[in-house]
Amino acid sequence: MATIPVADNELVVRTRDLVKEYKLGDYSVYALNGVSLDVFRGEYISIMGPSGSGKSTLFNMIGGLDKPNRGSVFINEVDIAQLSASELAYLRCHTIGYIFQTFNLINVRTALENVTLPMLFAGLAADEADERGMELLDLVGLGDRYHHRPTELSGGQQQRVAIARALANNPSIVLADEPTGNLDLKTGKEIIDLLRKLNEERNVTIISATHDLKMLDVSDRIVYIRDGDVAKIDTRAELDLNVGSSDLGEHS
Amino acid sequence: MSTVRSQKDPPIRVAVTQAVKSIRVRFVRQVAAGLGVLLGIAFYASVRTSQALSPVNTADPTSVEAAQRLQWLAILSLVMCLVGITNSMLMSVTERYKEIGTLKCLGSSDGFIVKVFFIEALLIGSVSSLAGSFVGIGVMMVVRFLTDGATAFTSAFFAQAGIIAITATSIGILLSATAAVLPAFQAAKMPAAAALRVEV
Repeated sequence: MATIPVADNELVVRTRDLVKEYKLGDYSVYALNGVSLDVFRGEYISIMGPSGSGKSTLFNMIGGLDKPNRGSVFINEVDIAQLSASELAYLRCHTIGYIFQTFNLINVRTALENVTLPMLFAGLAADEADERGMELLDLVGLGDRYHHRPTELSGGQQQRVAIARALANNPSIVLADEPTGNLDLKTGKEIIDLLRKLNEERNVTIISATHDLKMLDVSDRIVYIRDGDVAKIDTRAELDLNVGSSDLGEHS
Repeated sequence: MSTVRSQKDPPIRVAVTQAVKSIRVRFVRQVAAGLGVLLGIAFYASVRTSQALSPVNTADPTSVEAAQRLQWLAILSLVMCLVGITNSMLMSVTERYKEIGTLKCLGSSDGFIVKVFFIEALLIGSVSSLAGSFVGIGVMMVVRFLTDGATAFTSAFFAQAGIIAITATSIGILLSATAAVLPAFQAAKMPAAAALRVEV
C-alpha cells in the first residue's frame, strides 16, 4: 500500500533511466536506452517516433504491462516495480485507461458490456455500472448503439467505445497506442478531437504514442523518441512559433 | 489521496457470463470439442456396461482375456479423451491471448481469467460427459435387447448402470477441468504486453 497527496501541477508519470533490452541470440537490442520523462496532471502528450523507435515499449512500461530491465516507472509517485500482480491489476483498473491501435474490444460483449466490464472489475454493482456506461457512451456519441457487438460497428465507432471503456473508472491517465493508426483521415481527426475534448473537460492526462502528425495540433508537449531515447521535447508554445516557418507546418 | 490496493476478483457471476458468452460465440467449435468428450466417455461407459451385462466367467480363460482387453480399451478411450480436451482447451486459450491481454489491461485479476476458462471447460465437460454416459449405456442396452431380449436387465444391472453413469460423468468432468487448468494458469500469469503481442 502506498499513499500520495494530491497537489496542483503534480507529476502523474515519472520514468527514470528506463532500459528495455531484448536478447537476439548473442547480441542485445535496446528498445529503450535510458528514457527519463516527466508527465504532469492534465497534460496531453504525444510520443512521436518512427516504427521501431521504442514508442510502444515505452507505452507498455508506463502502463505497467511490461517490466523494464533497469530504471523505474512511478505512477502517482508509486514505483510500479514494487507492486504485486494483484496490485498492478488494481492500478490498471483504477488509474490507467488504455486505447489501442486495433481497438481491442472484447468481441463476445456488446458496446455497453465492454464499457461496464472494467467497472465490474472495480467492484461496482451491475445496475450502477450500466447507468455509468450509458453516460460514457453518450459522451462519445454512441448512446444509441449500446447493444451492438464490436463486429457490427465501424472502426471509428469501435475506437469510441474503446475510449468510453478507457474512462470507465475515472482514470487519471489515458494511454493511447497509435489510436488513429487503423482509421481514415476524417475519423482519425474526430478521435483526436474527442480525446482533446476529454482532456480539457475532464482533466484526464493523455499520453499517446503516435506517428500521426494531426496529433501535433492538440498536444501540449511532443516527445520525440529516436533509437530508444528521448531526442527532443517540443512544448505547445514553441510549436506555435515554428508552424509556418519549419517543415512541421506542411504536415499539420 | 490515491491508494494502490490488491485487486479482488469480481463476483463469480461476471466470470460465468463471460464463459457462457465465449461458448456461444464459438458454438460450432465448442460442440466439436464437446463431441470429442462425448464419444470418449460414451465408449468408456459402453465398455463398462457390456461388462456389467455379461459377467466374467473366471473359469473360462478366453472370457477373462476378453474382459482384460475391454479394460484396456476403456483406459485407452479415456486417454484419447484427455488428449482431445487438452488440445481444444489449448487452442481456445491460444487464440484468445489478445483478449486475455486486453482483460488484464481493463484490470482483470489473474484469478478471473483462470475462472473463465475453468467454468467454460466445466460447462462443456459436464454436458458432454452426461450425454456421453447415456449414449454409451443406452447403445449397449439396445444391442443387448436386440440379441437376447430383456433377460439381462435385472434390478442389479440397473443399479450397476447408475454407478457407471455417475463414474463416467465424473471422470469426464474431472478430465475436462484438469485439461483446462494448466493452459488457463499459464495464460493468466503472462505479462499483459506479451499476451497482447501474440498473433495467431
